[in-house]
Amino acid sequence: MNKALVVLCSVAYLALLFGIAGWIERRKLSGKSIPGKNMIYPLSLAVYCTGWTYYGSVGHASLHGMQFLSIYLGPLICCALFVPVIQKILRICRTQRINSVADFISTRYGKNFSLGVIVTLCYIFGVIPYIALQLKAISDSFHVITGMPGYARAAFWHDDSFYITILLALFVIVFGTRKVDVLERHEGLVGAIAFESVIKLVAFLIAGGFITYGIFGGFKDLFAKANAAGLQHLFIMDQQASGYSTWMSMILVSMMAVVLLPRQFQVLIVENKQERQLRRAIWLFPLYLFAINIFVMPIAVGGILTFGSNAGADTFVISLPMHYGMSALSLLVYIGGFSAATGMIMVETIALATMVSNHLILPPLLSFRNSSGNKKPLTRTVLMARRGSIIFIFVLAFGYDKLIAPYFSLVSIGLISMAAVTQLAPAMIGGLYWKNASRKGAIFGILTGFIIWFYTLILPSVVNAGLMDKSITQLGPWGIGWLRPQALFGLNDLELLPHSVFWSLFFNVLSYAGVSIYSRLNAQEVYTAEIFTGIFTHTATNERRAIWKGSADMKDVVAMVANFIGQERAENLINAYALRHRILVNQEDADPRMVSFAERILSGVIGSASARFMISSITKEEDIGIDEVLSIVRESQQVLELNKELKKKSIELTRATDLLTTANRQLLEMDGMKDEFLNTVTHELRTPLTSIRALSEILYDNPEMEEEQRVHYLDGIIKETERLTRLITEVLNLERYESGRQKLRLGAVDIASLIQQVIEALKPLAKEQGAALELSMPNAMFIVQCDAEMIYQVLYNLISNALKFVPAANGRVHVILREAYTELQIWVEDNGRGIDPEIHELIFDKFFQARNQTLQKPVGSGLGLAICKRIIEMHEGRIWVESEKGKGARFAFSLPVN
Amino acid sequence: MQKILVVDDDPYILMSLEFLMKKAGYEVMIARDGTEALELINNRKPALILLDIMMPDVDGYAICAYVKESPKLKDIKIVFISAKTKEADIEKGIRLGASRYISKPFSTRDVMQQVKELLN
Repeated sequence: MNKALVVLCSVAYLALLFGIAGWIERRKLSGKSIPGKNMIYPLSLAVYCTGWTYYGSVGHASLHGMQFLSIYLGPLICCALFVPVIQKILRICRTQRINSVADFISTRYGKNFSLGVIVTLCYIFGVIPYIALQLKAISDSFHVITGMPGYARAAFWHDDSFYITILLALFVIVFGTRKVDVLERHEGLVGAIAFESVIKLVAFLIAGGFITYGIFGGFKDLFAKANAAGLQHLFIMDQQASGYSTWMSMILVSMMAVVLLPRQFQVLIVENKQERQLRRAIWLFPLYLFAINIFVMPIAVGGILTFGSNAGADTFVISLPMHYGMSALSLLVYIGGFSAATGMIMVETIALATMVSNHLILPPLLSFRNSSGNKKPLTRTVLMARRGSIIFIFVLAFGYDKLIAPYFSLVSIGLISMAAVTQLAPAMIGGLYWKNASRKGAIFGILTGFIIWFYTLILPSVVNAGLMDKSITQLGPWGIGWLRPQALFGLNDLELLPHSVFWSLFFNVLSYAGVSIYSRLNAQEVYTAEIFTGIFTHTATNERRAIWKGSADMKDVVAMVANFIGQERAENLINAYALRHRILVNQEDADPRMVSFAERILSGVIGSASARFMISSITKEEDIGIDEVLSIVRESQQVLELNKELKKKSIELTRATDLLTTANRQLLEMDGMKDEFLNTVTHELRTPLTSIRALSEILYDNPEMEEEQRVHYLDGIIKETERLTRLITEVLNLERYESGRQKLRLGAVDIASLIQQVIEALKPLAKEQGAALELSMPNAMFIVQCDAEMIYQVLYNLISNALKFVPAANGRVHVILREAYTELQIWVEDNGRGIDPEIHELIFDKFFQARNQTLQKPVGSGLGLAICKRIIEMHEGRIWVESEKGKGARFAFSLPVN
Repeated sequence: MQKILVVDDDPYILMSLEFLMKKAGYEVMIARDGTEALELINNRKPALILLDIMMPDVDGYAICAYVKESPKLKDIKIVFISAKTKEADIEKGIRLGASRYISKPFSTRDVMQQVKELLN
């Protein structure tokens, strides 16, 4: 294809990206919303798929089969399982205004300078090759599509990738360093990235579709042909152990890389605007990964079948359409790959540049300015530092691409990078959850891991490329066999990657944990550890906390911030904070909380270590001892504890109040019951008195009354007097029982004989009622410990009641003595009207029949059964009734026997 | 001859009041509970009722209210005779439309006197 056409298309595409980014930023400024903005965040995550995905995967698949999938399984696992971790990181970065991994780790371990430097250097070593890989992918694809051979060692100004590099650098500088954003967001850039994610997916799908369905007859056809050609080994996982270990290590490093690669951290964490954007991304991103990988294997297989070998498999995705004369398609694919590569380059560079400028360039620059007393605005300085870093990175990448990359395959470069950033994982993850992790531990861990990474991965590759003497891999350094870089300590079953990952992580974690356990934390470390690990519990209190002691002039603080982000924005932010926390802005002495806030703003711009430095330069600080830090930290913990205690106490209080209310109610009820009782008693006393008086008066006033009638009236007077007497006696009796004054006089009582006594005494009444009175009992002697008089009374009550209840004719009362396990039961059965089951319980209440006279009024008061109940209860027995309406009643009580 | 209805669940009190009213020259009907009372009120419309309050099924208050709310019966004079002697009880009785409220134990002479006053 015509070279000019390809170049034109490339430039046009970049212009399109420019346009989109610019359009987005203009719309943001004018306050309008962007269509499809909910998709931007999830799609931007797809910057994970770079030229490696486009070209490297196919190449890898053609050699190692399905193994290429493993670097997508890592992100999948991350999305499925580790969202809480990501959420924690998100929260921390937002509240602490952290804009890079270097800043994260540096801040976490006490806002430490050296950590920031170390991490940034690690990234440069680890990620520059990855950027170079993209440049290589672009030039490789360029050469395939234009049909021109690569200029491996020509002068660089003849090299087309040089010009593309320059163009890209320009793009990045323009859209990445427009202004100094406090939160480091680049909306236009991210929008452009989302767009290019779509482009690269579409292009790959079209190409894949064409190859699978256009050139071949679909998946089945392709794989059948592959089997026929003896390519089955590509479709199964490697049988040997080394195959599994490579899979595992690839999955592991890709799991770390999807968060820790600078571009990933940038789009995932820094560019995140709202935590809930994560929700959509969790399923959309894996979906994207799945879609873009569908056709990888078909393309690989199709290429091998078409070209007869897997040489040049990396660029099958372009060479295949070209082979079949589909130049438009191959141009589209080229643009797709170009898109993938440039997307990666842009974001990675910005992220890397932020770290380089904040942790390598600015610190010495700022301290120099400070000491030289330069007070000019720093906004420009910061931007210049950024731009300088970007150019620096591009230069490095370009150089690496031209000098070193030709010796490595695309995929291995990518994996090497991922293994490098994995060395930061222990310090990062440990920092999230382990309060005792120390700065020293982190430094040791990262350095150890990095060194071993370099030794076991970079060194052998360099040797294999022929740039170094072979003796170190064959015999080991200084001839020490078990220190050989590809078989450390005798572990020689593993391939290069798993071997390196294993040893580097092993020693990394070992030194990280080991040193942390034995090192003491300083005040700052305790503070930052507390914030990071407890971010979800402390988020609310974080803003209010002032872990800073000293004095500062408010004017100076505002000026310092304005220095970096401009006067207007500084004032807006500070005033907003003051409003939220009710701090007076006008006073001379800056509120410590305000100083902390200012420091946080600055760290968003220049990194926390530099921010710390700058703030301390304008304030008179007092050393805040570790005890103070601990006490402040403990204070907030105490507040939380107190809150919990308070809640508990308040619940207890409520419970106690409820109990009191219930008890009160019960007392009132009893009071009411007492009143009711008294009312009923007086009523019951009045009734017979009324009869007596009325009958007496009539007798007195009517001496001429007939004899029969006189006798009847006199009889009435006598009976009512008796009734009155009985009533009074029973009331007094009951009172005695109720007040507990009645004492049990226990004795050995022959129950059978007692019952017989009662029956004898009631024979006259039985005869009067015309009822039969019977007794059944077993042929044995029952001696029970009880109060004979009381039990006599109970028996008398029950049997006389029964006699009054029986029908006029064929009335029958049957008394039964029964033995039942641990008690003696006495039953009094009658064949009277029966008692409604609803009132079985109630009839033992005092005066039941007075209140609710559903029973026919017998000659007695309502107290009888109540007294019986008290007596039986005092004997620890039970008394109850079984009955139904119309079917007689069976009263029973029990006395326990030992 | 004017009809008087005596309602009380105690047999001796019922007997006494019946004797008294008969002696005073009235035609006497007796009822042992509210149900009987209502039947007699509706069928035989007495001129005056001597009414106990505490009764098993329908209490005296209810009967009084029934009578006083019925256009046909509201002229019947009601005299409560009850052992309930609290202020509130008496007030309630008067409010419901009773002409007199007599407490138990009562004086027979007093009852006769009050009835005579009401019916003449």
